[in-house]
Amino acid sequence: MNIAPLLEIEQLHAGVAGKEILRGLDLQIYPGEVHALMGPNGSGKSTLSNVLMGHPAYEVTHGTIRFLGRNLLELPPEERARAGLFLAFQYPVAIPGVTVARLMKAAVEAVRGREQARAAALLHEMRETARWLEMEDSFLNRAINDGFSGGEKKRMEIFQMLLLRPRLIVLDETDSGLDIDALRIVARGVHRALGPDTGVLLITHYERILNHIPPHKVHILLDGHIVKSGGPELVAEIERRGYDWIRESAAATS
Amino acid sequence: MADLPLDNKLLQEYAHGFVTPVEEELVPPGLNEDIVSTISRKKGEPAWLLEFRLKALRAWQRKSEPHWAAVDYPPIDYQSIRYYAAPRRLSAGEGVDPEVLRTFERLGIPLHEQQRLQGVAIDAVFDSVSVATTHQKILEEHGIIFCSFSEAVRRVPELVRQYLGSVVPPGDNFFAALNSAVFSDGSFCYVPPGVRCPLELSTYFRINAAGIGQFERTLVIADRDSYVSYLEGCTAPIRDENQLHAAVVELVALEGATIKYSTVQNWYPGDEQGRGGIYNFVTKRGECRGARSRISWTQVEVGAAITWKYPSCVLRGDDSVGEFYSVAFTNKHMQADTGTKMIHIGRRTRSTIVSKGISAGESRNTYRSLVKFLPGADHARNHSQCDSLLVGNQCTANTFPVIESENPTAIIEHEATTSRISEEQLFYLQSRGLDPEAARSLIVNGFCREVFQQLPMEFAVEAVKLLEIKLEGSIG
Repeated sequence: MNIAPLLEIEQLHAGVAGKEILRGLDLQIYPGEVHALMGPNGSGKSTLSNVLMGHPAYEVTHGTIRFLGRNLLELPPEERARAGLFLAFQYPVAIPGVTVARLMKAAVEAVRGREQARAAALLHEMRETARWLEMEDSFLNRAINDGFSGGEKKRMEIFQMLLLRPRLIVLDETDSGLDIDALRIVARGVHRALGPDTGVLLITHYERILNHIPPHKVHILLDGHIVKSGGPELVAEIERRGYDWIRESAAATS
Repeated sequence: MADLPLDNKLLQEYAHGFVTPVEEELVPPGLNEDIVSTISRKKGEPAWLLEFRLKALRAWQRKSEPHWAAVDYPPIDYQSIRYYAAPRRLSAGEGVDPEVLRTFERLGIPLHEQQRLQGVAIDAVFDSVSVATTHQKILEEHGIIFCSFSEAVRRVPELVRQYLGSVVPPGDNFFAALNSAVFSDGSFCYVPPGVRCPLELSTYFRINAAGIGQFERTLVIADRDSYVSYLEGCTAPIRDENQLHAAVVELVALEGATIKYSTVQNWYPGDEQGRGGIYNFVTKRGECRGARSRISWTQVEVGAAITWKYPSCVLRGDDSVGEFYSVAFTNKHMQADTGTKMIHIGRRTRSTIVSKGISAGESRNTYRSLVKFLPGADHARNHSQCDSLLVGNQCTANTFPVIESENPTAIIEHEATTSRISEEQLFYLQSRGLDPEAARSLIVNGFCREVFQQLPMEFAVEAVKLLEIKLEGSIG
């Protein structure tokens, strides 16, 4: 059977403030797959997540991104979200005075449709989801990320992800700065969101989260493109040998 | 930042800008003793009230227009303004013109008894006169007097005489003196001791006639241990010339009484080029005269070409409390100079100021405040929070807080911030499916939340909607 990919990135070149960071990145993610994207600082991991979501400061100079068969680069960020793309931010911003419940009402309405955002049912769903992520009910009435601890911010992202029911989830270093309990909860949330139609792109530079969310495929990003792809065994190798050997072997073959 | 899609609602009309075709009775333009006497005579006023007006007129003639506020406008020719306009049928005692009733219906304020709003008693003021006051019966059962100012002068002259000008004296300032000389109508409210007013009381001000000024007078008295919540709304037609609105509101809270006074001001702000719009020069002051009394001002200012307004509290009674919650939104060429005064006289008096200024377009938004502790104000305290949000990059926001303390035991806290809607906040909300307009509106509403929470429910909903409309297309 021929299944269409969720995400198809071809020869992507992109950067910020006139500086090219991604230099010919290729990636395909199919429904049901978990992909891990690993790489050292400065390799272009966050640039990729920003470009995928459509951050206005980032510029795509070459290449294509197709999401569910659509040209993603033509869509503003809100259309990407409505099409089923979700980004869990590495550093989610605070929005003072806007409660979690208020944002989620607007977001569910925009992404899942008005029918799905009826007040009573949605409130019930929000409470249930919050409890499942081991958060207090009062969390719904707090202002978004305002005064949240690092762990709370990451759980907030997972909470939103569960409510928006995306087709492709991009987790941008969601594991950084988390203690083991928070990490376990985040992983539990991702497992709940995963299904045969859903894909995950897990951006990280630690193997720790990958023990909780085992990837089908692992890619190593260096200097703006993927230099090596493989199975889960690649994670252990990175952990043992670091990135330098890959850099060297990549240099040798190019 | 990426270009935002050009907003086709940018040209959305001011929704309340229509004119009512109604025959009005007008006095000739100009201001002198004859005009003042004519107004007083038309209203059949007692001699003491005419005397009050003439005293104010003489005070006004000695004063000059104040120019310390950060607002610019061409000189106002006070002799070209008409100081009185009333629908003819009403002045002739023929009842309310159906056109006037239809006007209020169009504004969402039905005055017919059968369609009147639940839970809100309304006094509707059209140009210079009050046209109807709803829910009279329920109020009377509680001994509450709520009626037009003119009616109060006839029904309870002794109360009016005792309290009128006791908070804002006739010669208080240039605009208050002008109002005291020519005020035509307004609302009066008296809540007797121990009574909790069961309804929201509301006045709706509508300017209709061209070339007139509106000068209404509101007097609210809350007797011992009573409670009243009062709302005020204002709109006007779209006109090319500027129109003057100089109101005076006086509040008196006796021992243990609470007055909540909320305003949603949506006067016509002028067009894209800054032509037309209402000049809003208003004096609002409340006195916490008795111990443990409380006065709370909440204002949402989203209209008028110029706003000059400082709802204040004189905290005379020991342990009395003054509050000021304000959202001032300016867009296009609007200019707002607004804030408050908290005058601490009594012991352990407390005041809270929460001001949220939002500037967009080429507007100018100034916050100005005075917090003063007199020598007797032992252990008094003030907390001020003053935040400005800039939308676009051609607008101006200024903050002028003044604190004067003559008592070393006073505790003063002042916080101030100025911010912009950041690209990161917009992107974050867009990534959750919100379009930029909805995102911006959510951020601004969040910014105003502390103030909106102070408004009665229906008003809060209105205020949120109003701000959304005003924000549309305001990005620079």
